[in-house]
Amino acid sequence: MATQVLMPALSPTMEEGTLAKWLVKEGDTVTSGMVMAEIETDKATMEFEAVDEGIMGKILIAEGTSGVKVNTPIAVLVEEGESADDVEAPAEEKAPEGEKAEAKSDAAHMDKPAVTSPAAPVAGKRDVSPDWPEGTKMKTMTVREALREAMAEEMRGNDKVFVMGEEVGEYEGAYKITQGLLDEFGPKRVVDTPITEHGFAGLAVGAAFGGLNPVVEFMTFNFAMQAMDQIVNSAAKTLYMSGGQMGCPIVFRGPNGAAARVGAQHSQDYSAWYAHIPGLKVVIPYSAADAKGLLKQAIRDPNPVIFLENEIMYGRSFEVPDVDDFTIPFGKARIWREGKDVTIVSFGIGMTYALEAADKLAEEGIEAEVIDLRTLRPIDYETVLESVRKTNRCVTVEEGFPVGSIGNHISATIMQQAFDYLDAPVINLTGKDVPMPYAANLEKLALVTTAEVIEAVKSVCYR
Amino acid sequence: MATTKPADIPNVSKDELLGYYRDMLLIRRFEEKAGQLYGMGLIGGFCHLYIGQEAVVVGLEAAAKEGDKRVTSYRDHGHMLACGMDAKGVMAELTGREGGYSKGKGGSMHMFSREKHFYGGHGIVGAQVPIGAGLSFADKYLGNDNVTFSYFGDGAANQGQVYETYNMAQLWDLPVVFVIENNQYAMGMSVKRSTKSPSYWERGVAYGIAGEAVDGMDVLAVKAAGEKAVAHCRAGKGPYILEVNTYRYRGHSMSDPAKYRTRDEVEKMRSEKDAIEHVRELLVQGGHATDDDLKAIDKEIKAVVNESAEFAKESPEPDVSELWTDIYA
Repeated sequence: MATQVLMPALSPTMEEGTLAKWLVKEGDTVTSGMVMAEIETDKATMEFEAVDEGIMGKILIAEGTSGVKVNTPIAVLVEEGESADDVEAPAEEKAPEGEKAEAKSDAAHMDKPAVTSPAAPVAGKRDVSPDWPEGTKMKTMTVREALREAMAEEMRGNDKVFVMGEEVGEYEGAYKITQGLLDEFGPKRVVDTPITEHGFAGLAVGAAFGGLNPVVEFMTFNFAMQAMDQIVNSAAKTLYMSGGQMGCPIVFRGPNGAAARVGAQHSQDYSAWYAHIPGLKVVIPYSAADAKGLLKQAIRDPNPVIFLENEIMYGRSFEVPDVDDFTIPFGKARIWREGKDVTIVSFGIGMTYALEAADKLAEEGIEAEVIDLRTLRPIDYETVLESVRKTNRCVTVEEGFPVGSIGNHISATIMQQAFDYLDAPVINLTGKDVPMPYAANLEKLALVTTAEVIEAVKSVCYR
Repeated sequence: MATTKPADIPNVSKDELLGYYRDMLLIRRFEEKAGQLYGMGLIGGFCHLYIGQEAVVVGLEAAAKEGDKRVTSYRDHGHMLACGMDAKGVMAELTGREGGYSKGKGGSMHMFSREKHFYGGHGIVGAQVPIGAGLSFADKYLGNDNVTFSYFGDGAANQGQVYETYNMAQLWDLPVVFVIENNQYAMGMSVKRSTKSPSYWERGVAYGIAGEAVDGMDVLAVKAAGEKAVAHCRAGKGPYILEVNTYRYRGHSMSDPAKYRTRDEVEKMRSEKDAIEHVRELLVQGGHATDDDLKAIDKEIKAVVNESAEFAKESPEPDVSELWTDIYA
């Protein structure tokens, strides 16, 4: 049976080319893999190899012809004893022309909204249940203790959970978060790594693919920049790229954001970076109760979770429910303080400034509603929107850089979904748009402050 | 730790030889067909063919047992076919269809099969190396005797994370075989132009890792070396490095003008070192198969490949609702 040889596409973007040279002539035997022709594209001259075997029955496009469209028949291969003349208008190969044309028209409309594409699933109803039942016995504990308890409890409950990172074992943690874990669980489950973030992040991702539940401590998230490819390309995207087969249940945790006087390379808030990535969940607790409940939830989550702590918060004490198994679901913001005049949205250490400012504003008769997002992926939009519909004003507070901040995203969401409720533009308070300076006075200026929150709130309240 | 020579090769049965012939031929014919479908516009984007390197994966799969894992780079079609993944599912992924291993959402470079313990298919050069070590970390942690084959090329061998991984793998005695498929070119950069220490396996010596170089155009030599490596890992002695010297006949990807090597160089490898021809000769010379027997196999393979191509063309594109699935488990 005769086989048509079609003008090939030799690059992802090639639409036509020049048939520069035939290396076989009519009557030659063609075997698969044999170079049949040279084809010139706008970028290069490429060799064109045979796939099918047979005898070159007829060359349809002479060498030197330019502007030959992809998928044009250029030759006919015949079997022994068969003549090319017997072959009249060989049957077209299925589909390609149509598919190409279709693909092209899609590309042309890329800049317009894809009206046929289904909308992203909308988040469910707002969860307004209390985090723990009223009357629950509470105990006071630091954020550090809360994090340690969360890991220890989850390790007791699931022997596939293990902790790895720099100085997590014998040194008991650079910030003492893993203190005591080596004693209780041994070196198999509390793994000291060499200083090799890129490597151990990738190794931990592989361990998660292989059926374990790694908790990876980065000494600080500044060092996780070395591991960014493994976090984003390997951990976050593989489930999607595998059509749902290859989940990655892993937690990357450690201190994030500015510490104190450690300069630009050790002082950065990565909230917005990670929140940008579909496939990651991003958690940033403020209180010890949230640190505990959310970390336990993170370890149980079947997805990669970025858990952003803060060195300055480690030693702060909060009331934590004294119950056996306490988790907090993702995507549920917490309203720390109710108010009617303005909504302050923050997360992590930003909550310190937000709450301080709200206290001072109350003395001046401005009642602020203070919302802690707690998780940035998923985000509890509904709690924010409902509050803004009530207060008609909003200020966001975070330590990260201003461009592409979480506050920008919250503002855009409010604009799109509660525009008519706004009585003032939303103000985004962030760290300043500078690398963190070392000098004490400059460092203070670079960070967001309580005073700035007060000023911004007064501004949106026109006071 | 010397190169495994043909003299070291144990006797091999007719059935084994026929199996290697069949498996290597399937990869080659599959890849040729993929190249053709690419030329027709049915496969898009990047498409890296494995033609010429068939003996590497077929030889190593012969040394593996059920439960062993494998992970590789974006030149992954051969690995998938060799570990028993269905040609139809692979080809349909290349065409971006619902019937593909990733439902059309991964493409040539990103395919997986939990069932066959194939962990990808990774598009970032070198990223699969620590992932492979992590898979072996999990097996060791879980207390089984599985081994992971972590494949990468001579290009990836210059990535920093490879050496971070060597260090940890040896430190923790991880049962991982690092397979360096040295096909002599990292895209267009020849080994000679990218390093002055061209013996890649010897770099492991700095970390205390055992290893050797092997002729990757000889499936029997690859298998013998693979068995040695696997035995080393299963015995709890830690990782092993195999530098498998091979050659890709086609370009780095489909859009490679191949200016960095001569046609004569490629032709010489094809005519003198071809892995499939080598086994064909062993079969014919050993009186194990006649030309007709081999023709029958060729025909059978062709049918499998054609069937995969038909399936890959007929399978529908993924439903638009798939845009929003599989982002979170």
